[in-house]
Amino acid sequence: MGYADIFLKAIFVENMIFAYFLGMCSYLAVSKTVKTGMGLGLAVIFVLGITVPINYLLENYVLKEGALDWLDTSFATLDLSFLSFIMFIAVIASMVQLVEMIVEKFAPALYGALGIFLPLIAVNCSILGGALFMQERQYANIGEATIFGLGSGVGWWLAIVAIAAIREKIRYSHVPEPLRGLGITFIITGLMGIAFMSFMGI
Amino acid sequence: MKLFRNLLDSVKPQFDEGGKLHKFLPAYDAFETFLFVPDHTTHSGSHIRDGIDLKRTMIMVVLAMVPCLLFGMWNTGHQHFLALGEMTGLGDGLIDKLLYGALRVMPLVVVSYGAGLGVEFLFAIIRKEQVNEGFLVSGMLIPLCMPVEVPLWMVALATVFAVVIGKEVFGGTGMNILNVALTARAFLFFAYPTMMSGDKVWIDASTADGQTLADSYTGATALGDLANLAKMDAGAEGTTAIWSTFQAGGDYSFMNAFLGFIPGSVGETSALACLLGAGILLFTGIGSWRIMLSMLFGGLVMGAIFNLWGDNMFMEVPPHHQLVIGGFMFGMVFMATDPVTASQTNTGKWIYGFGCGFFGIMIRVFNPAYPEGIMLAILFMNVMAPFIDHYVVQANINRRLKRLKVA
Repeated sequence: MGYADIFLKAIFVENMIFAYFLGMCSYLAVSKTVKTGMGLGLAVIFVLGITVPINYLLENYVLKEGALDWLDTSFATLDLSFLSFIMFIAVIASMVQLVEMIVEKFAPALYGALGIFLPLIAVNCSILGGALFMQERQYANIGEATIFGLGSGVGWWLAIVAIAAIREKIRYSHVPEPLRGLGITFIITGLMGIAFMSFMGI
Repeated sequence: MKLFRNLLDSVKPQFDEGGKLHKFLPAYDAFETFLFVPDHTTHSGSHIRDGIDLKRTMIMVVLAMVPCLLFGMWNTGHQHFLALGEMTGLGDGLIDKLLYGALRVMPLVVVSYGAGLGVEFLFAIIRKEQVNEGFLVSGMLIPLCMPVEVPLWMVALATVFAVVIGKEVFGGTGMNILNVALTARAFLFFAYPTMMSGDKVWIDASTADGQTLADSYTGATALGDLANLAKMDAGAEGTTAIWSTFQAGGDYSFMNAFLGFIPGSVGETSALACLLGAGILLFTGIGSWRIMLSMLFGGLVMGAIFNLWGDNMFMEVPPHHQLVIGGFMFGMVFMATDPVTASQTNTGKWIYGFGCGFFGIMIRVFNPAYPEGIMLAILFMNVMAPFIDHYVVQANINRRLKRLKVA
């Protein structure tokens, strides 16, 4: 698989939102305006682009069965993959701390607008999902893993800015009372999923 | 007309405040405004008045679709008789073919309008709104983008889904984010793929006594054949056979595809009929020439890129030929220009149209499962349109701010 292939596939075909419905909580909550959606989307791209390759290294040189072979041949049968969840989460949490500090320093307005959702990226399912998909799909080298992480992030970003623009557009629409807010957002997400299905199976 | 007026006037008291049928006022109102120009005048403020309102706009679009509809009827008949091996000449049995096609196509139109308007009236009554005219166009587009063999209940189901989920929950006409007709088609496409693609649904091959020709006749669309080429499983002989149909004199030659003598959805086959419709839309200023032009351009660019790439036979189809097969022209003229779901800004329209054409050809070639990719490409760009608009507006604001600072 070429890099371009992996990248485009991660954005359109295996879109985190429309194909797997991962990371829905912040997707639904922070998509009220394009500006905040944009900020969170970029943060997700950044976090995914960093955590997936780091987790890739962890997976291949520490956790996988026989991964510790480089340290000592007696570790050849050692399988630490039961630790992968907790290790991945630890990496993600520390990276999110980093992003939070950067955003607070350079874009205080955005920091205020994102509020609690920035620290919540740590438990955003799409981030952990990215790491676990990486583990499952067994990419050949760290380059592929990085491209996959960036692609998944771009896909998530595309989804959140598109729905944020739509939600800004329909703000004054006469939506039936019971559907206002989250209800209509779920319906929009479903319809967008239909539109994104065009890329499935490529 | 006098008769209608008298009839309407005589039942009016029933619908007025306090009348027994007041609940159904929207239904009455819809019929009245459909038949007569409303006599309400503006009471306050100054407004620019124009003879063209939403209803006239919609009627113009429906008129623009008439060439496609008529040609679709004739072509349905033509393909049917071709399958039976009767009256194979183009000029033979014009009336017979038209009548036969009309018998097959009109039920689709009636069901689509019936189901769609039924739901619209229901919603208007429940929500105490006026019935909007938006469905006049969607109701005509839906049958035109269906294969002729689609069961009527599916048309009804798709129409109801598209009107309720695609439009009414967003607040009715003018508020939908996805094109209603395309939503209906995409819904059927994903829910009942066997009835919406493949090589059995495009041609009505039933004989007079109701028997289907026992799989002796299959008619894939040009795109279906090309998708087989892309998969490279037709064998050398089959590949040459399919490829030759796209050369001059073959079944899917440029001229045949342009004029529309090929199998496909009811109204989409003839690029010429679509262009006639485009002429009407552009002349009256209802359709956006920016979207049409940029979509044409986008399709040509992607087609040319594939030509250069040339990885499989599908990619080697010349760009101008790509544009006349499948629903490209139909989508360009009637679907992409939908003023509600397209981009609203002029710059946005260029980007939006280009994206439709570009992605349309890309999905068609890349994705063997969905050869009819135009529909999905337009849906995708519908989703992206508000985002494009947002940044076009934002760029404008920034440009002006900069000018302000310099001055």
